[in-house]
Parts: sequence; C-alpha cells; structure tokens
Amino acid sequence: MSNVLIIGATSAIAQATARLLAERGDRFVLAGRGVERLQAIADDLKVRGARDVAVQDLDLNDFERHAGLIESAWQALSGIDTVLIAHGVLPDQTECQKDFGSAANAIQTNFTSAVSLLTLLANRFEEQKHGTIAVVSSVAGDRGRQSNYVYGSTKAAKSAFLSGLRGRLHKAGVAVITIKPGFVDTPMTAQFKKGLLWAQPEAIARGIVKAIDKKKNVVYLPGFWRCIMMIVKAVPESIFKKLSV
Amino acid sequence: MSVCESWGRYPVVQQQTHPVNWRDEQLNIAGFDSSVLPYGLGRSYGDVCLNDGGRLLCTRRMNRFMSFDSETGLLCCESGVSLAEILEFCVPRGWFLAVTPGTKHVTVGGAIANDVHGKNHHVAGTFGSHVTRFELLRSDGERMVCSPESKPLFFSATIGGMGLTGLITWAEIQLIPIKNPFFSVHTTKFGHLDEFFELSERFEQSHSYTVSWVDCLARGKHLGRGLFMAGNHAGEEAAGRKVPNRSGGIPVPVDFPEFALNGLTVRAFNTLYYNRQFRRESDTTVHYNPFFYPLDALQGWNRIYGKRGFLQYQCVVPHDDAAPIRGILERIARSGQGSFLAVLKVMGKVKSPGQMSFPKPGVTLALDFPIRGESTFQLFRELDDVVRGAGGRLYSAKDACMSAADYQAYYPQWENFSRFIDPAFSSSFWRRVMGTVEGVPS
Repeated sequence: MSNVLIIGATSAIAQATARLLAERGDRFVLAGRGVERLQAIADDLKVRGARDVAVQDLDLNDFERHAGLIESAWQALSGIDTVLIAHGVLPDQTECQKDFGSAANAIQTNFTSAVSLLTLLANRFEEQKHGTIAVVSSVAGDRGRQSNYVYGSTKAAKSAFLSGLRGRLHKAGVAVITIKPGFVDTPMTAQFKKGLLWAQPEAIARGIVKAIDKKKNVVYLPGFWRCIMMIVKAVPESIFKKLSV
Repeated sequence: MSVCESWGRYPVVQQQTHPVNWRDEQLNIAGFDSSVLPYGLGRSYGDVCLNDGGRLLCTRRMNRFMSFDSETGLLCCESGVSLAEILEFCVPRGWFLAVTPGTKHVTVGGAIANDVHGKNHHVAGTFGSHVTRFELLRSDGERMVCSPESKPLFFSATIGGMGLTGLITWAEIQLIPIKNPFFSVHTTKFGHLDEFFELSERFEQSHSYTVSWVDCLARGKHLGRGLFMAGNHAGEEAAGRKVPNRSGGIPVPVDFPEFALNGLTVRAFNTLYYNRQFRRESDTTVHYNPFFYPLDALQGWNRIYGKRGFLQYQCVVPHDDAAPIRGILERIARSGQGSFLAVLKVMGKVKSPGQMSFPKPGVTLALDFPIRGESTFQLFRELDDVVRGAGGRLYSAKDACMSAADYQAYYPQWENFSRFIDPAFSSSFWRRVMGTVEGVPS
C-alpha cells in the first residue's frame, strides 16, 4: 500500500496507471482539471480497491496554486510515497511556427509547470528521504524532428531536468523516473492515423508500474522504442536534416 | 482517426469518428453536419454499428466503474466498459455476468443496444433482463435515467434499440454469485437433428447453460449431427483448480488469402471437430474462458475470412415441429457454403424487456459464411423464405442483407419503436431496413 499523488490525473496514461495501483489498495490524491471528471476517476479507483481518493481541481498552469496543492496532498496522505506527473499538451507544429504564443503555451504546460511542481516536490522528498517521482516525458524529446520540434523540445528540456534531479535526489534515496512513451492511442493523439507502432495506454501503464516498483531511471515504453531512438539518434545531422521526419 | 469497421468487415463504408471519453460531455450535435451512432468495440457483424456518410460516437474510453455493491452484486459502470473488464473485476470477487454472449469483447452499451443473449437464454433471458437502469443522453442535451419504473418506454425502446434512441452513458447491471471461475460441462455427441431436440429437452431443466455445435456440411441421415454441451457453474469441488494464464489471445496478424478457406479446409475442420470427442458422452470441468469465449483465444479471427469479409446468418424459428430448421440446415448443407462454427440452441420463454429484441421462443441457428458474391446472397434469400414462412426472424446485430420488407415483417413493432429514435441518430442498418437506401440486390 502506498500514498500516491497523480498530477494530470485525467490523462489516459495516468488513469490507466492509477487503475493498476488501485488494485493494490493504494491511497490517492488526484490533481487535474474538471471536478466531475476527477470524481469519475476517483469513483472508478475506489470500486477497484483504492483505499482512499481525494481530488484537487486546478489548472496546472496556475503556478501560484502549486505550493497549496503539494501541501494539501501531503497533509491528506500524511506523506507521499509516489508522485506521477502526467499532464501535457501536444501543440500543433504549424501553429507554433506561425505564432510564438502557441509554442509558449506548450512550453509552459509541458516544461515550466513541471519544473515548478518538481522544485516543490524535490525539497519535500529530499527531506523525507524516500519515495519515487515518476514523470511522463516522451521519445519525442530524444531528438528534435521538423514535424514536431516544439513538442519535442519541451520534452527534451523535461528529460534533461529529470536527469539532473535524479543525481541530486539519489543521495537522499529518492528515485526519479523518466518515462518515455512512444506513440500512444489517447485523446491527445485522436487525430492521428494509428499503425503498428501504436500502443494502448493500458500497456504503457503496466510499464510505468513496473518502473516504479523497480525504481528504474529511464524507461522507454513499449521497450522497443529504446532501439528505435538509438537509431534515430545515431543518424548524422547532415543526413537527418534532409529527412522529412 | 481510427478505422471503425464491423466484425464481418462488410459492408465497407465511409464515416467519421468522434470520441466520447467522459459521461459529462455534451454531444454538440449542432456542430455535426450528419447523423451520429454510438460505437463500442465493433463486434456486431453487419451494418448495425456502421453509419455510412455519418459519424460514430466512439465510447471505448468512457470505461469507468461507478459503484459496486459487494453484498448484492449490483454494478454501475460507464457504457464503454467491456464485459472482459467486468469479468476481470468481478470473478475474483465471486460474481459473474448474468448473461454473456459468445465474446467478452463487447461494451456494456453494445450489449444493451443489441440486447445480446447467451447459452443460458432458456433460464436467464437476455442481457437486458439484468439491466436495472441506465442513463440515456439525447441530442437535445436531455439526460434521462431509464428503468422499468422511470421512463419505462425509453427503457424498453433502448434495450435492443440498436443505438438509435440516444447515447447510453452508464448502466447498472445485476451480477450473479459464483463459487469459482469454473464450469462443469457435460458433452454429448448427437447423430442427427431429432436427437438434438431430445437432448435440449432433457438438459434444459438440469443445466443453466446449453448450446450445440453442428456440422453444417453433413447431409442425409447425418443432417444436424453435432456436439451438445450442457453446463453449470461448478461447485465447491472445483475451487482449488489452477486458473489458466490470462492472455489477450493469439493475434491473427494478416488477412488470410481467399483460397485459404475452401470446401476442403472447412469440411476437414467440421469432421475433425465432430470427432474430437470419441465417446458419446463426456464430463469436464473448464474455466469460463474456453467455455464461453473459445474464439476470443484467436484475437482478430475475422481476418481469417480475408479482405472481402464474411456474413453471419442468425435466425430463430418456432420449433413446434422441426421442419423449418431442418429445411434451413438442408439448404445450407446442399450449398456447401457454411463455415466453421454453426451454433444451435433452443431459446427460452423469458420475455425480454426490450421491444426490438431478437430472442423469442424457438430454436436459433447461427453460422458464418465467407462472401462468395451472388451465390451467397442467393442462399440467404432461400433461407429468408424459410424463416419468413415459419414465422421466425433474423438478428439485426448479425445482419447485413435482409430486405426492408422482411425486417418490417419480422419486427412489426418497428413503427412504434421509431417514435423513440433520436432525430440526430441513424445507422446504415436502419436506413437499409427502412428502405431509404439500397441493400444488397434482391
């Protein structure tokens, strides 16, 4: 039984992960937008075996509320064992090229808000001297591609931040896990045609729970993405710039 | 955008999709320029889950449990929850679905909309008989909680209502208690149709679950030979058995070429299946998965029929005398077109709460046909003649062919039902059986 805080709880990957944890009788605080939706997830988790579920309705881009969120979650659960940060947006690349506003939004949601939350959480966990912080990044952060580089760079920044944080918190016995899913069939990617490389959020969730249990560092989900990204990263820039990827 | 097809992969239509992920969503029908139809897991065979030129409301991600009473077995969940997900949840807690069809990969919404039935129809009735209430979201934004007491007319129109009366957002169903996940099954080999009827009569009192597989190619004195399976939930004695590993089934990775399924392979399969049991009678204890869902072990088995897809024919005919069902089996055997699993079952007298539900007292036959063009449609027309003549009917969830005239004769209550259809909802099936679009050439 663990105490779990899930930030971005309405995301498909977060929901699927929470279900697996609920079956073990975990206790939850769910943070995200839309109280009715959070409550729908809370009810689902309770039916599946969660011992206790509280919800926090907030816009994660409202940074001023982050400290309050962490404080009340810490109180509600009397200490947190596991945090999953799963919120994010997939901006339209062409929109971002035309308008910095769109890019700035994506940076704020995907990166800046995570930094704000992680700063608060890291200090708490460092003091507590145990726990796991799992954050959903993306394979898209491994290399910027012309079709998706704004999203990719927000995820690259996140992965870099987590890598540094991992080193810092390692000394305190706190695990920091970077989760890099490949293509996942979720509402965020509803407009894409799905092919062989696509995975269901339930499969990603199983990988996340395993990574949390084993306190892994960086996981690619499904695992074959590690090989794909190794190849993608190995292509020399002089060739990569000519590929329409 | 995901590609939505029906299980038979026929007909092929053009439609858009719109996901519905949360039960508090409004349908925003005004923003759509065409009709809508709920779509769950696409396990109905013909065009009842398709909407050519329109839009599908995909409900699969609206799949949360809402409440469960472990004392009474009353489960409330969103309509995109699949029966597989319910079983995974309730079997370890000592509960089971009161009615289940031959696949667990259907959503609760789909099970209600088609008012599915199973091997225990003779004692338990249809899936809808165990639905205590549900919420129906209409395109004008109205939400009504329907039950036998509140909005009873919408309740009975929506059960078996083919998704046309609005979107079911959640439903409450009654589960039944079990001691373990196993079934005691008694299998009897029978040589011809008369024996099947004798066995049905003998076992339907003592066994909650009965079904038969028939060799659809056997003719003459072997006509209607097969295996009769009668099962009950296993008692305490099976409790210690090992539960087989959970798996999603072995996937069929490619569409089989058309020649893979020919007279020879089908005949070989049927003969082997009939002779898999050497003795006349046998008793086994099996897990619920192979008992109810043998085909789920082969993920995407519909691809065996190749790109052209296949048709399923399921009818029910009164069996005061065996002549109609014999006539149907004779025609199928003569055509040599039938395929692997022909299923025969005597249905019970339990009346369904749904006004458009398929089951009624009589004997039901279901089997698959690879689409071989005109000869297949010709055979279906011959079978239709027998069904019509005998006062039987066809199952909408399986159909892609029946004529508007036949449908309206099988379901004379259609006119009353149509008053409950949501004006923004429609389906390829409904337009076909209303005669507003061409079906297959007749």
